[in-house]
Amino acid sequence: MPHDHHSHDDAHPHALLPSDPALRVKALETILTRKGLIDPAALDEIIDTYENKIGPKNGADVVARAWSDAGFRKALLEDATAVVRDLGYYGRQGEHVVVVENTPETHNMVVCTLCSCYPWSLLGIPPAWYKSDAYRARAVREPRKVLADFGVTLPEGTAVRVWDSTAEMRYLVLPMRPEGTESMPVEQLAALVTRDSMIGTGLAKAPA
Amino acid sequence: MTRIHDMGGRFGDGPVQPEGEDEPIFHEEWHRRALAVTLATGSLGQWNLDMSRHARESLAVPDYATFSYYEKWIGAVADLLVDNGVLTRADLAGEDSPADGAAHPLAGRALTKDKVAGVLSRGGPTTRESNVAPLFEPGQAVRALRPAANRLVDGGHTRMPSYVAGARGRILMAHGAHVLPDSNAHGLGEAPEPLYAVIFPAGELWAAPENPDDEVVLDLWQSYLEPA
Repeated sequence: MPHDHHSHDDAHPHALLPSDPALRVKALETILTRKGLIDPAALDEIIDTYENKIGPKNGADVVARAWSDAGFRKALLEDATAVVRDLGYYGRQGEHVVVVENTPETHNMVVCTLCSCYPWSLLGIPPAWYKSDAYRARAVREPRKVLADFGVTLPEGTAVRVWDSTAEMRYLVLPMRPEGTESMPVEQLAALVTRDSMIGTGLAKAPA
Repeated sequence: MTRIHDMGGRFGDGPVQPEGEDEPIFHEEWHRRALAVTLATGSLGQWNLDMSRHARESLAVPDYATFSYYEKWIGAVADLLVDNGVLTRADLAGEDSPADGAAHPLAGRALTKDKVAGVLSRGGPTTRESNVAPLFEPGQAVRALRPAANRLVDGGHTRMPSYVAGARGRILMAHGAHVLPDSNAHGLGEAPEPLYAVIFPAGELWAAPENPDDEVVLDLWQSYLEPA
């Protein structure tokens, strides 16, 4: 069996760059720009996309529609990729989407223990805690203690199902609809859907 | 065994530090640039997503343990650029080479501003036609192979976490055939094969599960599994 060359490599090339991370990024960006391999305007456009255009409001729209429309909800749970594509929420790190529904019996929670896989096209760039060693290490083994870190306690009788994103499937939690929202339109419902409720470390907000 | 990135179930990491929903996504300006440089260099087409994950996992153990998130990204990108011949070590060291005035052979592939929206919205689906017949169907009992390891390249990239090795579960969903990271990360081809969501009772994975009714679901490729 061949060996992975990384297991007996010389010093990693990155060590040739400045060690301060801000200077390291700047140095690499400068080298790549000078050689015509990256375009600073394209970098600005990427940043603008994830800072201002793609974020949890996409996922919140999907959840609010599922709460409001039983036919939409059924289609979403059967083939979320097709449904989010129709809404314009398909994209990088959201190519294969599965929506999992919270019920009184089962609470779903999503993690990526091996890196930081996350449904970018629906939730944007993951928050720092999602990428932290503590969350990656603990979410699969002690999800209830992790939920307690978020101030969430589940009712007696609710089982936790943790989804470890080990492939390119991206999981979005469909939180339970808060009580007292029966007459709310989709836009108002969407405002109750938090990012954390779609990762499964939180619950949807109660109406004011 | 796999590598240091494989931390699911590990003890000793302390509490998770939640952040408010309105916290900025990037905490430092260089985080923004690190993400953008990573995506833009990826679109030069010199490596695939599995290779870039493997590059992060291949950081030296002390570096992986101490680098912040985007430091890992930028370190891995620098390594990928050199390992794939896009840049030289001299380039990274800031030593001007005689060729600096000439156009880089890949310069024509640089991601331009007008292409960004299309590239990000197209993404990179990993489903493929495959001639590997599915061996399992939903409901069927399976066991994750032990040890968790790449079986094509010793010490290579795999997406099977150590904590699931040897555990017995059942097929929950069949996802169709997907690119196999264990092959694709090493330039051995996409080797698509069936991928499944496999559900395991917490008691199969942990000595002291928090609740016997809790479960963990992992996406596992067919070659990671055997009938149970």
